[in-house]
Amino acid sequence: MESRRSFLKIAGISALGAGMHPTLNAFASGGSDEGSKAVVKRNKEALTAVRWGMVIDTRKFHSEKDLEPIIKACDKIHNIPEFENKDHEIKWIWGEEFKHAFPEKDSEFLPDKVHHISFPVLCNHCENPPCVRACPTKATFKREDGIVLMDFHRCIGCRFCMAACPYGSRSFNFRDPRPFIPEDNKNQEFPTRMKGVVEKCNFCAERLAVGKLPACVEASNGAIAFGDLDDPASDVRKLLSANYTIQRKQALGTEPSVFYIV
Amino acid sequence: MSNNKKIYDKGIVFTGLVIFLALITFPFWYNRGIAAPAPEPELTEKAKAAKECVLPADEMKTGHMQLLNDWRNDVVRNADRMYVNEHGKEFNMSLSNECLDCHSSKEDFCDRCHNYASVKPYCWDCHIDNPKEKM
Repeated sequence: MESRRSFLKIAGISALGAGMHPTLNAFASGGSDEGSKAVVKRNKEALTAVRWGMVIDTRKFHSEKDLEPIIKACDKIHNIPEFENKDHEIKWIWGEEFKHAFPEKDSEFLPDKVHHISFPVLCNHCENPPCVRACPTKATFKREDGIVLMDFHRCIGCRFCMAACPYGSRSFNFRDPRPFIPEDNKNQEFPTRMKGVVEKCNFCAERLAVGKLPACVEASNGAIAFGDLDDPASDVRKLLSANYTIQRKQALGTEPSVFYIV
Repeated sequence: MSNNKKIYDKGIVFTGLVIFLALITFPFWYNRGIAAPAPEPELTEKAKAAKECVLPADEMKTGHMQLLNDWRNDVVRNADRMYVNEHGKEFNMSLSNECLDCHSSKEDFCDRCHNYASVKPYCWDCHIDNPKEKM
């Protein structure tokens, strides 16, 4: 009898002790070596938003020529290679015909102008990005500020994301791109990519981090606006409320963050 | 059965054993005394003048790969690009633009130990190893 009683006592105290363990640990770790710890933080000048978005005023583009400086600025800043073979092409921002950019909006009697200009297209940084769902390694992910980014370190080159993206915004490095980066059009401060990874537009996340607007926006002479879609007072929201805009392949429900004034 | 255990072809067996042992220990006695000394990475003037790296030198020696891995995640995933070490010194978390700003010679700094330890980090497949000069 006595031994059962003492067994229950000990068992009860042990259970209590085991239950206390995490609490004690929390107390023990709190308030130890605070103050002299290294910290990681955002740059003071970094631009931030709840959801970054872009409004492209296509009325300001009259021919393919108008797109050239924009594409060139992006290519230079991101060390984008130039391949002879179109199958190997790497594209971050490029020109597309209306019927390819907006296939469901093409109709028989559109104004001539629509068929003659080249529409700048890029990664839409979708609100519901299908590429993120497809990526098996979480190399592609959606950042808190809405930018769909890639961690090239983690990309295994499976190209599921390319199959998932309805906009063809992603390119695969079939060859080592470094020897094909034009000598006069490169940026020493930005990494190149390696053979076997996918790449795409990153909304110039590396420029936003140091307080600069994306390269295409800077090179567009005001044709491209960039800002926070969540802020009703932002430039993009003002443009969106003042103009009728379209998104690419809206019916798919990816909710692109890039809008076009046609 | 006899108690008289006997090894047949004693001579051949023991010669064979000696040759076998000699061959299998070959790398040990062949390399005795000629082991390459541990390399001393060469610091640039700028790195010497700075005296201290992001972390104390011995922590950097053992843990720079872990630090770079953490930096990568912070920069790419969280957009946190500023590292403030325990002395309050700020660093831009970038391999090419910050680490290589002081340690500007990859050959004299990174490669020395990496070659010695026979590790082949693939950093340089993408990150530009001498940002000030050529690609």
